Amino acid sequence: MPAAAAARTPHAPDPDDVPQRRLYRSADGRMLGGVARGLAGHLGLPVLWVRLAFLAMFMWGDGLGVLLYAAFWVFVPLGVGGSTGHHSFFETLADGSRRLRKPDKGAVSGLIALAVGAGIFISQLRVGGANGRYVWPTLLVGAGVVLVWRQADNARRAGWNSAADRQKRLLQAARALAGVVLVGVGLTVFIVVRGSAAQLGNLLTAVLAVLVGIALLAGPWLIRMTQDLSEERLMRIRAQERAEVAAHVHDSVLHTLTLIQRNAEDVGEVRRLARAQERELRNWLYKPEGTGKDEAEEPATLAEAVKKAAAEVEDHHGVPIEVVVVGDCPLDEKLGAQMQAAREAMVNAAKYGGEGGPVQVYAEVEGRTVFVSVRDRGPGFDIDAVPGDRMGVRESIIGRMQRNGGTARLRSAPDGGTEVELEMERVANAA
Amino acid sequence: MTEGSAVNDGSRRVRVVLVDDHRMFRTGVQAEIGETSRTGVEVVGEAADVDQAVTVITATRPEVVLLDVHLPGGGGVEVLRRCAPLMAAAENPVRFLALSVSDAAEDVIGVIRGGARGYVTKTITGTDLVDSVFRVQDGDAVFSPRLAGFVLDAFASTDAPPVDEDLDRLTQREREVLRLIARGYAYKEIAKQLFISVKTVESHVSAVLRKLQLSNRHELTRWATARRLV
Repeated sequence: MPAAAAARTPHAPDPDDVPQRRLYRSADGRMLGGVARGLAGHLGLPVLWVRLAFLAMFMWGDGLGVLLYAAFWVFVPLGVGGSTGHHSFFETLADGSRRLRKPDKGAVSGLIALAVGAGIFISQLRVGGANGRYVWPTLLVGAGVVLVWRQADNARRAGWNSAADRQKRLLQAARALAGVVLVGVGLTVFIVVRGSAAQLGNLLTAVLAVLVGIALLAGPWLIRMTQDLSEERLMRIRAQERAEVAAHVHDSVLHTLTLIQRNAEDVGEVRRLARAQERELRNWLYKPEGTGKDEAEEPATLAEAVKKAAAEVEDHHGVPIEVVVVGDCPLDEKLGAQMQAAREAMVNAAKYGGEGGPVQVYAEVEGRTVFVSVRDRGPGFDIDAVPGDRMGVRESIIGRMQRNGGTARLRSAPDGGTEVELEMERVANAA
Repeated sequence: MTEGSAVNDGSRRVRVVLVDDHRMFRTGVQAEIGETSRTGVEVVGEAADVDQAVTVITATRPEVVLLDVHLPGGGGVEVLRRCAPLMAAAENPVRFLALSVSDAAEDVIGVIRGGARGYVTKTITGTDLVDSVFRVQDGDAVFSPRLAGFVLDAFASTDAPPVDEDLDRLTQREREVLRLIARGYAYKEIAKQLFISVKTVESHVSAVLRKLQLSNRHELTRWATARRLV
């Protein structure tokens, strides 16, 4: 469609250049489609200049002006904007009705220019002689098309105001009908003028003309409808997203903030709440799409299991736990045992070493070996001095690892904190 | 951590610019480290977006810039890109330390590859931050445990096929050092554990940083793609 290309080149909105200013056809103070006014507002020129330019192109550019104008009309959405001054001889009131206003200089000169232009146009056609008889049908068809297209614009405007009472709708229908009749008459005259020779070629031409006429009439509505639809869809998607974010923020963040206000004196509790909230929000924001943003049931991989265990211990004991995981692999039975041991180590670290700063958990999957280290900067303790009936470290950590074929090492130095290292070989078949 | 006192005995001064779009956070950092007589850190400028940051950094020529990863106008990476000549300057090069709340791997790797000399998270304590700033001023690299984890992760996949040149792979020692950083050890503790000097630890870390910036594009891309980061 050559019109499309013609429409794109002159206004081509460079997205990098002026992202904010979009070209709209002006809804207020327009003569035909509001193209000239919109363009003028967009380019920062007087409306009159733009109109004269169109007129000039119309007369001396083999009707290029009409083509351009029509293309703009079709492809540029109607909007608010354009130049602000009212140069039309109609003014639009708030309720949509119009009344004559005092003509100003610009409007008068524009009108004169229009008349002169029309005169020149018609005289030029008369000079053409043979094609003179096509002028009137063409003008009729043109007037009909313009009438219907403006009608489509008005219907769109009415959609903004949503004040389409019955009388108005009747008027709209009448205008549309008038447009159709005009086009029909124009085409008929066209065919009649074309001659008495009732040949097949002529018939085909007539059919083609009618089809083109229908396309011209239905075109604007179809285009507007698709434009409206996509715009509406976009709005709906945005609204939905906003609602989802709002709901989540409301449920989690506001709730937590309330709790924090209530527990403002309890530093530990506040910290615990804040960290839990941070983790949840982070998870919600950064978790890749499709992994299920809601609470995951049972973790299936090592990384998830470590993070989950750390989060739970953090929540229970109010001690921050920093987790670093390198690599990942699916959980199996042996690794499950390792996770339980690691969890126990985290609990110990949180309970006895939490004052020294955050507990650091490091998990690494390298080849077949899975290594987990839990480290705190607490006072440390002497493993041999722990009484024999205290089974925590001995059974839950060391014993459990050994039963499952892994190893556990404890390193503790007074003042240097405690580190528990757990190492386990993965089952062979897991690649 | 106590090692901060070693470099920070009051005799040294460092001029710092804070780049962060949250005013509250800038105020907080300023309060934490900006007391020059105590910490030796002098905050000479603040900026809230990329354009401002470039202007302020060019005007004040600080020794260290604390750079947030997420900024209006293109992010920390954009600041690094536009300040590249300042970083490469022979006289008083400007050095960048990324300070971010984000622990998304692509953010971290991005600024490091952009030329930042280190990366620490916003949960860092004031003492550690001062220490890190001085270390960066010396031209060393500062890694938080989490960053060390990302780096290990990124290089882990390059283990199997040794197609890349040596430059692209971490040596055993560098890997060991990174692992200890990831486990939360301070440089001094690492030195003690591996029976090497702190200087050696620092040079290992710097080597890792250099490798991360200059090489391994292929593998890193593959890694990032596998994780849907790009």
